[in-house]
Amino acid sequence: MSTEAFDVAVVGGGLHGLSAALHLARAGRRVAVIERRWTGRHASGATAAGVRTLGRDIAEIPISLEAMEMWHRITTIVGDPCGFHAHGQLRVAEIAEHMPALLQREAKIRALGYTHEEIIDAAELRRLVPALSPHCVGALVARRDGAADPHRTILAYRRACEAENVAIVENCGVESVDRQGDDWLLVCGQRRFRAPVVVNAAGAWAARLAALFGDEIALGVRASMMIVTERLAPLLAPVVSVVGRALSFKQSDQGTLVIGGGLQGAADLDRERSSVNFAELAKGARAASELFPAVRGVRIARCWTGIEAQTHDHLPVIGASPNAPGLVHAFGFSGHGFQLVPVVGAILTDLVVEGTTRREIAAFAPRRLMQERVAA
Amino acid sequence: MNANETDLLIVGAGPAGMAAAVTARSQGLSVRVLDDQPAPGGQIWRAIETVAETPRIARLGEAYRAGADRAAAFRACGALYEPESQLWQIEPGFRAFLTQQGRARSVTARAVILATGAQERPAPFPGWTLPGVLTVGAAQILLKTADSVPTSPVWIAGCGPLPLLYMTQLLAAGGQIAGFLDTTPRGRLGAALRHLPQGLGLLADLAKGLSWSLALRRAGFPIIRHVAELRAEGEGRLESLHYRAEDGREGEVAAEVLLVHEGVVPNIHAPLALGCAVSWHAGQHCYVPDLDSWGETSQPNVFVAGDGAGVGGAEAAEPRGRIAALRVAARLGTLGEGAAESAARPERGRLSRALALRPFLDALYAPRPQVFAPADETLVCRCEEVTAGELRARAVQGRPGPNQIKAFTRAGMGPCQGRQCGYTMAHIIATAQNRPVEEVGFYRIRPPLKPVTLGELASLDEREPAA
Repeated sequence: MSTEAFDVAVVGGGLHGLSAALHLARAGRRVAVIERRWTGRHASGATAAGVRTLGRDIAEIPISLEAMEMWHRITTIVGDPCGFHAHGQLRVAEIAEHMPALLQREAKIRALGYTHEEIIDAAELRRLVPALSPHCVGALVARRDGAADPHRTILAYRRACEAENVAIVENCGVESVDRQGDDWLLVCGQRRFRAPVVVNAAGAWAARLAALFGDEIALGVRASMMIVTERLAPLLAPVVSVVGRALSFKQSDQGTLVIGGGLQGAADLDRERSSVNFAELAKGARAASELFPAVRGVRIARCWTGIEAQTHDHLPVIGASPNAPGLVHAFGFSGHGFQLVPVVGAILTDLVVEGTTRREIAAFAPRRLMQERVAA
Repeated sequence: MNANETDLLIVGAGPAGMAAAVTARSQGLSVRVLDDQPAPGGQIWRAIETVAETPRIARLGEAYRAGADRAAAFRACGALYEPESQLWQIEPGFRAFLTQQGRARSVTARAVILATGAQERPAPFPGWTLPGVLTVGAAQILLKTADSVPTSPVWIAGCGPLPLLYMTQLLAAGGQIAGFLDTTPRGRLGAALRHLPQGLGLLADLAKGLSWSLALRRAGFPIIRHVAELRAEGEGRLESLHYRAEDGREGEVAAEVLLVHEGVVPNIHAPLALGCAVSWHAGQHCYVPDLDSWGETSQPNVFVAGDGAGVGGAEAAEPRGRIAALRVAARLGTLGEGAAESAARPERGRLSRALALRPFLDALYAPRPQVFAPADETLVCRCEEVTAGELRARAVQGRPGPNQIKAFTRAGMGPCQGRQCGYTMAHIIATAQNRPVEEVGFYRIRPPLKPVTLGELASLDEREPAA
């Protein structure tokens, strides 16, 4: 049994793992991505691929804005446009009573010096989204936001990694972890990998991986459901969400409607499977057909869920392990990690190469969920 | 028990579903039968109740006529029959979601028999998506339900019993055949004869097939044997056909309608969606559900009967339906184990007699290799317009399986959910990676099993706010 040696072993071949590997390889590190199934198998392959700064937690705004800037030049990062279009994202108020919350939000982030979110009235809303039901009264909009093509993005990141000689090892799950001098030894069936640094980008399974290193991290799981329809003629360009309803509604490049919004199916971490709950998903279909009356007769082609980690404060875990030397965590994106992909890879590279980062990540420290675990 | 609860849910009202319903009712079970057709009969006896009252019945043959009694018995058995209902999801336990008349709802059952039959094997070739090209099965449906006969002479290309049967039915109905491109490879009969069972009363079936062949030969249209490759061409619709036979002979003919058929394969989407194990059937070149001697899948209380269990025809479908229903009755306690066993014994005899000729037919009509290896420019996924060449190019980068290539290329992501491209994809991967096709696997099946509309799904929330 031979052992393959690297500078960094990234565990998890989702988009965050690939992004970390890409940045690390460009910083001159020899990197392996170790993926139990295949790249993009879970949350990355099941995402609605919204590229959204709109409505972010205050703590996430700085890195989200930087990620947004990176999305606008994504071709220079991964050599492919990833199907990204900046048609904007809107949060719609259906009734006048929903407007004050949107106005307060705008005022709050203005006070912090941000200008990416803007209130629009019913007339501007109708101009941006003519297909929207006329009962809607206004919205909060982030005009530089948009959406990408998730599969194209995965493929682009994967190819960019391969071009930087990242070893992408699929069908290879980490079973146990050992210490060998200054290196971690990852045992994966017949294969072994050693590296002084390990990036934990294992998504919904990240707490299990962390536990192999002795980090006990409180982590929940979510299985957000998605609907995609048959193709139809262009109906709308921006991504639309609604106050008070679990709905995210957009049209893809292919013409299909992609409908999500966080309605939850069932996740099974042991079987690595999740399932759709149609009684619940019907709420999303109802919201979609009430906001966009023209789509009632559109046929659903597929529904799916993806398994993702969720933290109690819905903020990600990004940072070095306080206990295990060389272990860096990046997971727990709680259903809104897609947009952050470009910047998180850069942050992890800072942490691995410099040992620190100029970006604001204090709110994402792993310790906050470890203390809670001890307290619980 | 409320109106939405039944002991047994049967999906499909063809030979297997109807036989299962009659048997289950006779054992005292409450039975609900969902069927997407407007009337019972399945594919083989499609529209039998209306056609039985017309002179057309004679032209469609004895096997078709037999369905009239079955439909009558089914109508009388006391099962709750819900025609024109599309089943689009079953959750374990079992809760089934369906759409009927534009409304979605759910029903529950203690056991499920999937009698959803087979589909024609997709056989992609250049031009197969041109208007004017359709399948023999589709044409036969038009003949049975609407007495529809193509106005111009049709070309038929393919192999198997169905093209022969359809051609005799079409001639009897006054239709015209331009020619038959028989794609059965050379030497198949000799190879198949090894599988001919000895001393069985199946000579009548063989004689029937032989009589079809003779009648067709007498009709005088050209029959070109051992056609290996086919190409349909035309601007916006079919105008001409190009074919090449095994010996290299080529031909090009004008054509307005081309009907193709390369055998049938079981519908396995519902069993796969329910997590039932499937295995590769080398003789039929497709996956079949893993079933015990009662037709029960790897998931308890989920049964598959009829051609969905492996292609066996109507004669095998009926005993399979009855056997499964007997097991359900025993499971649910209305019939003793011993009684179920003795009631099943004669049905098992019927089943094995019905299946005795199958290895011979499988060997004789096994699809030619070209069916699984379409030329690079051929569309494989019709929904997302992905060519064989794109799939081949992807299949050699790393060692991806069908679900990865689906994500990379969008093949299999359209409304048909891979019903058209699934097997072609598997064969392309197998060839490109030099491994056996049975190792490659199949797409994971995403719900819904049938395309339900957003409005229909929304109606579920309106009716059942507190699920």
